[in-house]
Amino acid sequence: MITSLTAEKLACARGDRTLFEGLSFCVSAGQALALEGANGAGKTSLLRLIAGFLTPRAGRLVLKTPEGESDDSEERGRAIGWLGHQDGLKPQLSVIEQLAFFAKLYRSNAEPEAALAEVGLTRQRDFPCRYLSAGQKRRLGLARLVVSARPLWLLDEPFAALDKDGQALIARQMTLHCGRGGILIAATHEPLGLGNASIRL
Amino acid sequence: MSAFTALLVRDLRLAARSGGSAALALGFFALVATLVPLGIGADLKLLARVAGGVLWVAALLAALLSLDRLFQGDFEDGSLDVIALSPLPLESVSQAKILAHWLSTGLPLTVLSPLLALLFNLPGPATLVLVISLLIGTPAVSAVGAIGASLTLSLRRGGLILPLIVLPLLTPAVIFGAGSVAAVMDGMAPSGGLGLLAAFAVAACLLSPFAAAGAVRLNLGG
Repeated sequence: MITSLTAEKLACARGDRTLFEGLSFCVSAGQALALEGANGAGKTSLLRLIAGFLTPRAGRLVLKTPEGESDDSEERGRAIGWLGHQDGLKPQLSVIEQLAFFAKLYRSNAEPEAALAEVGLTRQRDFPCRYLSAGQKRRLGLARLVVSARPLWLLDEPFAALDKDGQALIARQMTLHCGRGGILIAATHEPLGLGNASIRL
Repeated sequence: MSAFTALLVRDLRLAARSGGSAALALGFFALVATLVPLGIGADLKLLARVAGGVLWVAALLAALLSLDRLFQGDFEDGSLDVIALSPLPLESVSQAKILAHWLSTGLPLTVLSPLLALLFNLPGPATLVLVISLLIGTPAVSAVGAIGASLTLSLRRGGLILPLIVLPLLTPAVIFGAGSVAAVMDGMAPSGGLGLLAAFAVAACLLSPFAAAGAVRLNLGG
């Protein structure tokens, strides 16, 4: 469980172009934060920075837990559930193989079958992922996020490619996640509808 | 099942399914090994003489065919991000991928090699040494290859640069592997060459997961 995630005067550069600097925010357990901004403003870069894939040019990120606080990116990575703009699915693997693999990889006790039912993919259980539509892949990505059982969700365009039902589904999962005391940071062009704060990059 | 085995099983599944690389490498190995005797002609003495070297180089190239996809597939479709955030350290991820690559490529190549040695009229004892040398040496090919694969991860034509990085590093494996086969042909003991090959393989397998993990980290930030 985590208490809060704080950014202190973060700066990020790609090559010699500065994307943003002096960025500070704090998200506490149960809260959501929306990242807004034009294409190329650095929303994805900020997510990758929080995940520890990128190193900030200045500033630091502090993760507070009941045990103490840490600015170590490895440690932060172990708290993160990641839903990037790519779904990370293999066309040759079946839906359930895919999900069971992620559950084992994340040493999670969550039941893959239950997560599939949650996102409405039970009927596609044994389909190879190559037969899934973009929206169904997104739903499977959401199931993976649920199965990974991580407290800090980082979502890149969570509503992309989803139909009305799918959007409602992800909205419900996001509400549930915050209700459980999780933290959620999402790069989005649409309102999250969680009574959340937002940052414009 | 641990996270390590889960990743291993998944990579083996991917290698075995359609579009996988295991059958491709075997086919390439068999074809090259069949073409060389046709090109050289029916000089049985000469064929037996070059068998060790030719089969070693053919096995090496066959293993390289599938190496460029070791991390690249996962990188391109975003799985590598998810894998990198899992409790499994990237060093262990690299180990699992190297092991999966060896099980799906190096091991089948080794098993097929005595059959192809027949085409070269390689005598029994020399064939045995060839098989042993491939068994010891192919893990080193997968391990050193993983370094090249992780370095060229984000390059579009990485598959073309990979051999340029990996082949020079693997010269010791070819020298000791093919050398021990040649030693038997000359009536000498192959143990010296095999021992050095084993030392090279152990060093490669121990060190390369760290190098590969470092290169993957760099590429994830790119």
